[in-house]
Amino acid sequence: MEKGSFEVKVGLAEMLKGGVIMDVTTVEQAKIAEDAGASAVMALERIPADIRKDGGVARMSDPKLVKDIQKAVSIPVMAKCRIGHFVEAQILESLEIDFIDESEVLTPADEENHIWKQDFKTPFVCGATCLAEALRRIGEGAAMIRTKGEAGTGDIVEAVRHIRTIVNEMKNLTQLGQDQLMSEAKRMGAPFHLVEQVAKTGKLPVPNFSAGGIATPADAALVMQLGAEAVFVGSGIFKSDDPAKRAKAIVQAATYYQDGKKLAEISYGLGPAMRGMDVKDLSDDERLADRGW
Amino acid sequence: MTIGVLALQGGFQSHLTMLEQLGVDAIPVRYAQQLADCAGLILPGGESTTMTRLLESEGLWAPVASFVKSHPVFGTCAGAILLSKDARDERVKPFGVLDMVAERNAYGRQVDSFSAPLDLCGIGAKEYTAVFIRAPQLTHTSESVDILATENGKPVLVRQGMALAATFHPELTADPAIHRYFIESVVPNQKTIADKKVVAHV
Repeated sequence: MEKGSFEVKVGLAEMLKGGVIMDVTTVEQAKIAEDAGASAVMALERIPADIRKDGGVARMSDPKLVKDIQKAVSIPVMAKCRIGHFVEAQILESLEIDFIDESEVLTPADEENHIWKQDFKTPFVCGATCLAEALRRIGEGAAMIRTKGEAGTGDIVEAVRHIRTIVNEMKNLTQLGQDQLMSEAKRMGAPFHLVEQVAKTGKLPVPNFSAGGIATPADAALVMQLGAEAVFVGSGIFKSDDPAKRAKAIVQAATYYQDGKKLAEISYGLGPAMRGMDVKDLSDDERLADRGW
Repeated sequence: MTIGVLALQGGFQSHLTMLEQLGVDAIPVRYAQQLADCAGLILPGGESTTMTRLLESEGLWAPVASFVKSHPVFGTCAGAILLSKDARDERVKPFGVLDMVAERNAYGRQVDSFSAPLDLCGIGAKEYTAVFIRAPQLTHTSESVDILATENGKPVLVRQGMALAATFHPELTADPAIHRYFIESVVPNQKTIADKKVVAHV
């Protein structure tokens, strides 16, 4: 019997495909999410929209919150640690968290190094704005990649940019000959064996999800039609007027993402989405996607 | 012959890929009317609560329940839970075609997920390694449930008539032996097998 192998880590990511992972800050929200059909929840003290508003240093959640949410729901429970903060990751692993998000939404702890994720038995998800960043994280041991859309804005534009970039860059890699791959790996700054693997298969070696700025069923369907295999929804649910209804609608949209008629039914009478903010109005300091590399 | 894979949430794509590798026509099933085109159905892994919600909200629970009672069906992990008669969890509404209890997350959380070798000689596979992800355990299997494989003394691959269930993920292993068994031994013989009384080994 072998626990914590890469295959077993990716296995859980595979089972989350086609689903919605929801940010929750209380036991009550976690139950609403599970009841609406979330395939996992992310236990957080503050959702990204509030982290933006409040400012200050954003850190890993209190283990008590994590434990309380684990007790309340039967679906996988994820939690975030700061980029490079491997001790927060060690703590989350000891709490038997199902997936760790090494996240740019929290204040980075290390500007040079991300966590060496191969040392952990718990699977990690990491954000990526482009293929090279995704492959660097996979090289460190990430078992899932997600886009690094601007969390807490309700603006989908960055997540769309990232998923389009990653998909296009994978397509371009498959056009190159074997003799060009080493040079391409050098140019990208990504591990050669992963560059070679993507060139051969045309897809990432781990599931590719989308996060950041998803606020409506249509947003979820958009990133999935562009190639994302599941979605994370943060502020979009519990900053809307009717979270239970919106949560259920986004779950349905992740299944029927190709069916315009169904999406219209799902979106009907949902009430106001989160108000959000235009990513163009953010200063460079406020852009979370620039955290990590 | 077309095999449907329930595609509401979870690992349905890997099942579709594996069926295609075996030369079987496979379709993702998201609408009740698609069941009419299917000779059999695979219920994939994923979250059984999510699948229950979607089966109910989309009006799919009753049509799928009626299909799995009269056709060959193969459930993996969450799919096995949905085929059981009792998931010991009110959040999940199983179809009850396998006379057993499926206890959700019975090994624990992801940290207790594992891979392990299985003896599958009975269905023609050698050196098979199975991947268990937050897997359920099958208990209270009645004597009409045939146990095809065990891991650490617990049943992990079972069959009752036209219904096959695995607590692990054959779609994540390179070896397509269990899908082949479903296609070659469960699907075509549905009539004769359904009438045959099978006695459990354990």
